[in-house]
Amino acid sequence: MSDESPPVSPEDQQPIPPEDPAALDVTAPAAPAAEARAISGGRRPRLGRLVIESIVEGNTVVVTTLAIVAAIVAGGLLIAFTSPAVLSAWGKLFSDPGNAFAQAWDAAAGAYVAMFEGSIFNPHTVGAIFQQKSLGTAFSDGTVAQVFNPLSETAVNATPLILAGLSVALAFRAGLFNIGAQSQFIGGAIVCTWLGFGVSLPPFIHVVVCVVGAFVGGAVLGWLVGWLKAATGAHEVIVTIMLNYVMADFLSWILGTSSMQRPGRSDLVSPLIANDAHLPLLLGSQLRVNASFLVALACAVGVWWLLNRSTIGFEFKSVGANASAARSAGMSVSRTWILVMLIAGGLAGLASTAVVQGTDFTLTFQSYGTFGIDAITVALLGRARPGGVVLAALLFGALHAGGIAMQASTSTPLTITTVIQSLVVLFVATPPLVRAMFRLHRATARGGAQSLAKGWNG
Amino acid sequence: MRLELRGITKRYGALVANDGIDLVVEPGQIHALLGENGAGKTTLMNVLYGLTQPDEGAILTDGEPVTLRSPKDAIAVGFGMVHQHFMLVPVFTVAENVTLGSERTRGLGLLDQRAMRREVLDLSERYGLRVDPDALIEELPVGVQQRVEIIKALVRDAQVLILDEPTSVLTPGETEELFTIMRQLKAGGRSIIFISHKLKEVQAIADVVTVIRRGQVVGQLPPTASDSELAALMVGRQVVLQVSKTPAKPAEPVLDVRDLRVEDERGHAAVGGVTFEVRAGEILGIAGVQGNGQTELCEALMGLRPVTAGSVHLGGRDITSEKPRQRIRDGIGYVPEDRQADGLVAAFSVADNMILDVYDRPPYARGIALNLGAAKENAQARVEQFDVRTTSVETPAGTLSGGNQQKVILAREFGRDLRVLLASQPTRGLDVGSIEFVHKRIISERDKGVAVIIISAELDEIYALADRIAVMYEGQITGFRPPSVPVEELGLLMAGADPSGSGAAARAEPGPAVTEPADEPVEPGLGEEIL
Repeated sequence: MSDESPPVSPEDQQPIPPEDPAALDVTAPAAPAAEARAISGGRRPRLGRLVIESIVEGNTVVVTTLAIVAAIVAGGLLIAFTSPAVLSAWGKLFSDPGNAFAQAWDAAAGAYVAMFEGSIFNPHTVGAIFQQKSLGTAFSDGTVAQVFNPLSETAVNATPLILAGLSVALAFRAGLFNIGAQSQFIGGAIVCTWLGFGVSLPPFIHVVVCVVGAFVGGAVLGWLVGWLKAATGAHEVIVTIMLNYVMADFLSWILGTSSMQRPGRSDLVSPLIANDAHLPLLLGSQLRVNASFLVALACAVGVWWLLNRSTIGFEFKSVGANASAARSAGMSVSRTWILVMLIAGGLAGLASTAVVQGTDFTLTFQSYGTFGIDAITVALLGRARPGGVVLAALLFGALHAGGIAMQASTSTPLTITTVIQSLVVLFVATPPLVRAMFRLHRATARGGAQSLAKGWNG
Repeated sequence: MRLELRGITKRYGALVANDGIDLVVEPGQIHALLGENGAGKTTLMNVLYGLTQPDEGAILTDGEPVTLRSPKDAIAVGFGMVHQHFMLVPVFTVAENVTLGSERTRGLGLLDQRAMRREVLDLSERYGLRVDPDALIEELPVGVQQRVEIIKALVRDAQVLILDEPTSVLTPGETEELFTIMRQLKAGGRSIIFISHKLKEVQAIADVVTVIRRGQVVGQLPPTASDSELAALMVGRQVVLQVSKTPAKPAEPVLDVRDLRVEDERGHAAVGGVTFEVRAGEILGIAGVQGNGQTELCEALMGLRPVTAGSVHLGGRDITSEKPRQRIRDGIGYVPEDRQADGLVAAFSVADNMILDVYDRPPYARGIALNLGAAKENAQARVEQFDVRTTSVETPAGTLSGGNQQKVILAREFGRDLRVLLASQPTRGLDVGSIEFVHKRIISERDKGVAVIIISAELDEIYALADRIAVMYEGQITGFRPPSVPVEELGLLMAGADPSGSGAAARAEPGPAVTEPADEPVEPGLGEEIL
């Protein structure tokens, strides 16, 4: 046993001189405790455990924020230097250097302004209000609604990410990698859509039935993963990845059968769901933001409560942090795996309601989009905490909503948002890189980590 | 090399881990650093190895001050460290591990495997460090892995070798071999700093003993100093070397194990038909060299490992197929062998760890809602009761010292109403003060009428606690003996020999008859060996 364990590991006590290239020398034997455990013969934690630990505990709020800043800067450079106008100006750098820089700045700034206007607030919409005859007209013809449209779009885009992100994050906390949010989303979507057009029920009840159906559809797929792991030891990463393919193809197939295909259509699209099954809009008919956003926020609160205030969450976290000790303390690891995957699957299934009942009102063979993968990034960025997931999903939702506006008003392609998202995650995943870029002392970062460690148990 | 430390001070917040430590290590000297867990030994070594920088003080080698910003500097100066937890790559060979970080290459960057092997063999020969350079680390016993660590340091030309509690992972035989190696290194002119809290070892090997307590050097003694002298310095008070205990008053049988058979991970019979019973108010000590089925027996009794045959009855009720949770509810307390792997969730707070097996019961749970307030109150009361040294009950348990981690586990298990206590290596790696504390607690549980099973590789512990001793060898109980049994006889039983020729008979009648001599004083010579 270690002689003593000072509250902070020794290496955190040494401020790294910014000029010192050895600051990033991870091979130096000044390895943190986790690494020491990893390589000390006998019992090594699995790689997965280390990854989870570093995700859940490693990053600080500071590092995350700086990672976002770094990604936005890098994205700006990319926007500028993929624009033909900017490139041609830079071709004449020596004859007209001012123009080259101005063009680059204009391209990047223009794109980001468009993005901001599309996702948060567009001043022109306020101006439009004053051009109306009266405030009454402004309300009735939707000019006022236009002011809130960017925020509404951000919320709409964030909703499925919150739910699917919670799904991944919850599984993370129990030590499982749920790569299968996509398959669970599809499972939920199929049940939800079928209930939406296939049965007729009174208005409010129909909505609830569809939402519950989506949860169940996802939960069944999640349960399957948990059960396979518990019963056969099949690794959840492999099972969930494979189920993603299975469910994507199943969706394509079932949308081509008479049970799910819209009559009179030859493409893979389901009938429209009944109007009664639509989720109620929150801010009037002009704005798409709907009740699923509230459902998502409620789920985030629910997951927080589950993790920090319930015996079930205590089991999840125990199994996630040390399955062996959890077992010795009488917890059933198999039962925990099954239960956490069931709930995680249900949450990913719920994400489909935001699309099927909230915006599209139908199901196509590609309705699942990239939610499954984005959910992982959201969970990573949110450090597997419900609050973090909501913030990360809102950021990504804003990037997406803004990206569409940016593509419409500038020539910058939408894919730039994907690049920014990826860069954010890349930087979040490499705290030493961010620390080095911003010349951050580890001691500074540690302060955040400590307050975070306290937050571990609420 | 002459190493000198002058006034080394290291603070972690309010905690002063090292408080003005002065130390001189002469060339060719084995300098023992003795201290309780948490006394500041490891911090001092981390300072020496460049893992942490002292707030005050200086390090001098041959009179020249040196600055150690990282282990690289320490290695360059000529310090070598063998950590408690080895820094080896399990899937690499010995030769590869030794040269890792300073690989020999031929042209085109190819690894010079031959030179690497030769170097290992050279050193092996010179210092009697027998290892096969081609063996994979993961296939080697712990003692040999440690030798590899020593070779690693020697390859980098370490003049001062720091061994951090090197014997805590070794068997007595391996410890002897390590001492031989240490003597050879000493003869070769290298200095060794030997960190330990085991008095006997320090007396056996050291040239000088420096005792550290609460971050300060409290004394320097020759190795000829007596046990009690050293122990008193270490813990700052006179230690009762033998835990006082009244004779057991065994009552009705509580746990009845019949012909229990258990397999290990590879499907080999680890426990092959073990029969014994434990009565309320007695301590059954299961002695034996590690790896003779004790771990599997223990896990089977907790329901953590399936039983292939036989039965376990608790108070007359068959619990053979009960799940761990049910056994915990039945009143079986469990102190696992490996506290970090099985006993605690290191990332959880002390408070959470103290409800790890009762979190779903009132008052800690109402339905599925946790009552964190109750958990906190419970933890605060228990921290006080068991004298757990922690800054708060919110502190992650993983940051506590080993002794305090063990206290957290004991506080948790003893907090329930127990009928049976199953404690495996309850004091492994603990210092004298903690051992005494743990032993006292276990005896007081016995006196409350709990049936106690102690599994321990330390004979001293068995002698100190047991009212009846069972010896395990190759999955069998080779005999039951009263605690007055001479150590030679136990040794024979542990080695599989049957000194009385009546092993089967002894196994068949595990009655209380053999527990009677429990009130006889344990031989004084053995009592001292507790340390």
